[in-house]
Amino acid sequence: MSAEAHNEHAVTHDDHHGDDHDHGTYRSYLIGFALSVVLTAIPFWLVMAGVLAPQLTGLIITAFAVVQIVVHMIFFLHMNHRSEGGWNMLALIFTLVIVVIAVAGSVWVMYHLNTNMMPVHDMQGMG
Amino acid sequence: MSHAPTLNPDYVDEAGRPIFHPVEEPHHPEGHSTMLGFWMYLMSDCLIFAILFAVYAVLGGNYAAGPAPKDLFDLPLVALNTSMLLFSSITYGFAMLAMYRNKVAQTQVWLAVTGLFGLCFLGIELYEFAHMIHLGATPQRSGFLSAFFILVGTHGLHVTFGCIWLVTLMVQVAQKGLIQANRRRLMCLSLFWHFLDVIWIGVFTFVYLFGILR
Repeated sequence: MSAEAHNEHAVTHDDHHGDDHDHGTYRSYLIGFALSVVLTAIPFWLVMAGVLAPQLTGLIITAFAVVQIVVHMIFFLHMNHRSEGGWNMLALIFTLVIVVIAVAGSVWVMYHLNTNMMPVHDMQGMG
Repeated sequence: MSHAPTLNPDYVDEAGRPIFHPVEEPHHPEGHSTMLGFWMYLMSDCLIFAILFAVYAVLGGNYAAGPAPKDLFDLPLVALNTSMLLFSSITYGFAMLAMYRNKVAQTQVWLAVTGLFGLCFLGIELYEFAHMIHLGATPQRSGFLSAFFILVGTHGLHVTFGCIWLVTLMVQVAQKGLIQANRRRLMCLSLFWHFLDVIWIGVFTFVYLFGILR
């Protein structure tokens, strides 16, 4: 595998006009894959084995999901602040801002709507 | 007049004076902005999924006295599904590495393996959906199930179209080889495929694992 890794840069991409796409190596893909497996297995194990309190488990698996998304962005999507002259990163940050506003805003508003609703006594009969 | 050497040659006339209104678009190689444009598409797709996640977050607890996640979700099956998508991500990565080394046969083999993992994922997901519908947990049953099927179904639909795109590109590569246009298309599908895996991280964490937790 190391011989292949050396060949990788020996091939000249004459039709590869100056794009600076960072396209990774076997090593970077395998590191990303190993990290993803660990970051997937631990949340599944935590929930299936039920070793911790539900609230704590929720916090931990959220943290693992965020870390795993970052791992995928770096090792599989090859994101960095230089790709496409920084426009990729700018678009991503803008999207993340919108996503946070939309998701957090919806949850917040609907939570308050539900808690401030007039009490309905016979909900079971309406199902 | 001394013109700065940093001026873009596309915007300077023969005498070296800057041109403020170019009459013609400066020449760019074909497809030079495709990757950026495709990234913009993925970001807009990300917004679609964000809204579906928000819908699920709002409606995910409304069971209408029907089945709850605990009654429906089978975590070992979801773990198997997750591994299928993860394997397909790394095999697509290997296909890209083979492409950069101009190995047509290797690229095709890894693309085929990726497609098979993608089909396994879809098969398991359809089995899960069929099982749920068989139990009476249809999208019409409750707000939770409507939100579940629209979110997970939209992701599955993306994987379906990814598989169709992948087969299309395998035919293209078989016919034309690894020409520049095909490389560009494979790079776009690479972004798309890895992006779907990123969305799946959100699905298995916030839909399946949190569903069992609550």
